Amino acid sequence: MTPALGPKIQIQRVAKTFSSGRAPALAEVDLDVAERELVCILGPSGCGKSTLLNIVAGFLAPTTGAVRVDGRVVTGPAPERGVVFQEYALFPWLTVTGNVEFGPRLQSRPAAERRRTVDRYLDLVGLRAHADKFPAQLSGGMKQRVAIARALANNPAVILMDEPFGALDAQTRETLQDELSKIQRVEHKTILFVTHSIREAVYLADRVVVMTSVPGRVKQVFPIKLPEVRDRFAPEFTQYEADITRVVKEEVAKVRE
Amino acid sequence: MRSSAVRAVAILGGLVLWAVFTAANARVELVNPVLLPTPVEVGRVALDLTASGELARHVLTSLWRVVQGFGLAAVAALGLGVLVGLCVPLRLMAEPVIELLRPIPPLAFLPMFLVWFGLGEASKVAFIGYTTFFPMFVAIAASVLRIDVVLLRAAASLGATRADLVRRVMLPAALPGIVVALRVGVGLALFVIVGAEFMGADAGLGHLIMEGRTFFNPAQIVMGALLLGLLGSLVNTLLLAAERRLLGGRAAA
Repeated sequence: MTPALGPKIQIQRVAKTFSSGRAPALAEVDLDVAERELVCILGPSGCGKSTLLNIVAGFLAPTTGAVRVDGRVVTGPAPERGVVFQEYALFPWLTVTGNVEFGPRLQSRPAAERRRTVDRYLDLVGLRAHADKFPAQLSGGMKQRVAIARALANNPAVILMDEPFGALDAQTRETLQDELSKIQRVEHKTILFVTHSIREAVYLADRVVVMTSVPGRVKQVFPIKLPEVRDRFAPEFTQYEADITRVVKEEVAKVRE
Repeated sequence: MRSSAVRAVAILGGLVLWAVFTAANARVELVNPVLLPTPVEVGRVALDLTASGELARHVLTSLWRVVQGFGLAAVAALGLGVLVGLCVPLRLMAEPVIELLRPIPPLAFLPMFLVWFGLGEASKVAFIGYTTFFPMFVAIAASVLRIDVVLLRAAASLGATRADLVRRVMLPAALPGIVVALRVGVGLALFVIVGAEFMGADAGLGHLIMEGRTFFNPAQIVMGALLLGLLGSLVNTLLLAAERRLLGGRAAA
């Protein structure tokens, strides 16, 4: 294989206006994400960060500009771009196993291979014992673990996460952040992660992108130069938190005015 | 007490009340006792008709009409319901037509069916089909429309094609709604079969009831009505069991 030339994800002058005549939701976003990089997008609510993610996923078409993954323009959803949703989006009629092997099944993978894939990713998220349960029988944290396993089992080049831990309680949230960070040390995926938690962003990201309030554009980018395994109470960590909070607050204040 | 025991007691209690009331009426003649058949009289009619094989013929005739009429309507409602649920222009066209037709009591059209299809089987099957189609169609289309878009997005991002989306996401996601729609349809079919058989039928439970009127046999009327109730609840129990099997663990909280 030839080494990847240029960034894995290129977001070039992407703007989105939902209906003509209305104010744009996104105004000319430019952002590159390198292979194996985890980038968190932070911004005040309604700044269009989820819109941006939906455009990268191919669920929405940009009004202007384009998204490229591995140099190819995104025109719709595709298995190379796995998505993890805040509302889990598990198929309630399938068991945990059925959900995780949904992608491999679509690709008509043989049963033995599917079983290995399911076992591997359920082990990774610690849900092997719950393989035969239905989503309705799981807690929120477990559901999101299944959703992450489902995305990984499809072996996407890129994973897009839209406030994946936003609906979870604080405790579960931190546990899942720990697990995602652990998973990333094994899987090394290219991840674009939308959140409104500054702490979460500093904990997970290689770079944190702060967006402006509506219409959203990139306000500032913070490379996080912390070790892979992070300590939420280290002084460097809290320093990043403070710096980013200051920038985010400026934008929140603008919304209030 | 177990709920099945409660049910048995309630049914027995109803029977006893009926027996006591009709027996008392036979003495004081509050109404002409001939007009108020006792459980024993109704039971005797049932036994006689069973012994002669007549009852089985009537029940099977009615059920066969229900199966045909409901079956046709279910296939049509499923196909069109899914189609309309998927396709916005179709939905916009279908909505006003349905909203006009739906409030018309189906029985108002029964004579029309006799004119179109004659007195034979076709008019009865068609009438049941017509009656059950609309509620099933509307419910199925609604359950397809209710599918969470995020499930479709999740499937698409896992590589689902359009055909995969219909087969692997939309149908299973709409299945609980579809099953309920079918159950309502069967119930309704059993409901209107009587009306369809009141006119121009030579067999069926509706015919049996009408015959009871013609030959002044109130016990036969009551027996026919009770039998319809029994059939309806039996079918409903079977369908509920099938539904539980079909929908499996997804509802388990």
